[in-house]
Amino acid sequence: MEIPYTVEERRDTGLTNGKIGIWLFLASEVMLFGALFASYILIRTGAPSWPRGDTILDVPLATFNTIVLITSSVTMVMAWASLMRRKFGTFRIYMGATILLGLVFLIVKYFEYSHHLHINEYPSTNNFLAIYYTLTGLHMLHVAGGMAVNAWFWGPGAKQWQTDPVWFTNRVEHSGLFWHFVDLVWIFLFPTLYLL
Amino acid sequence: MTTEHASGGHGGHSAADIDRHVRVYISVFVALMVLTVITVAVSYLDLATPMAVTVALLVALIKGGLVAGFFMHLVSEKKLIIAVLALTVAFFFVLLGLPVITHSNGFWIP
Repeated sequence: MEIPYTVEERRDTGLTNGKIGIWLFLASEVMLFGALFASYILIRTGAPSWPRGDTILDVPLATFNTIVLITSSVTMVMAWASLMRRKFGTFRIYMGATILLGLVFLIVKYFEYSHHLHINEYPSTNNFLAIYYTLTGLHMLHVAGGMAVNAWFWGPGAKQWQTDPVWFTNRVEHSGLFWHFVDLVWIFLFPTLYLL
Repeated sequence: MTTEHASGGHGGHSAADIDRHVRVYISVFVALMVLTVITVAVSYLDLATPMAVTVALLVALIKGGLVAGFFMHLVSEKKLIIAVLALTVAFFFVLLGLPVITHSNGFWIP
């Protein structure tokens, strides 16, 4: 059976099903991270003392990762714009760059985690590290998930461009919305965990 | 089905539209980089915690607004999406408010 409203908009919502679907999913993600941020506030304000993030975490490394993720958001949106311009080759370059930048983010995170674990800083060490590992760990999983979807559209999934370019473009846009959300979460994680 | 343009939920786009979009993306990218530098620079000023939190969150809100507004196209998105997000944001602030209620004098939690 053919999936309805993949390229044409529903009359009642004025949207494709994929578009409303991804936004509802992102709404649930806002609540997921919202619950964790609320827990962070609760634990931090209830603690007799709390360390500044920059006394424990590596700010230059996190700043570098912020730049990497913001750049990946631009390449992601440029990948979509390339499809809108019907330039599939350019799409591949931008989407490939997005995936690679995601990989760079994860590699930097690997080094950051390795350093902390090497000096015996575990999630069980204190509340600060518990919050740090939980929030950044969940965020990292999102980066990995977004990379997997983007890699699908860069690789095998790109065949759809030949058969249904409009649907493919919409799917890349939806994947991009998720990727930008991941960037958005990091924009708030960076100052609250590393700088304050 | 037309193969001229993806519908994507914000109508058809001409080549000129996309070129304009791309120029906006570049401008937003530059703004995000500048704001990132500001975020880090302010953290070295050793401001008092309430002021540091206010400035950091303000800059993060501006950055988040730029990403959501332009990269996620919320500035030109349909009303239904905006309504869904408005509801989400309202409940998000309820969540963030729970710690405040918890720390009040037994107003909510005995």
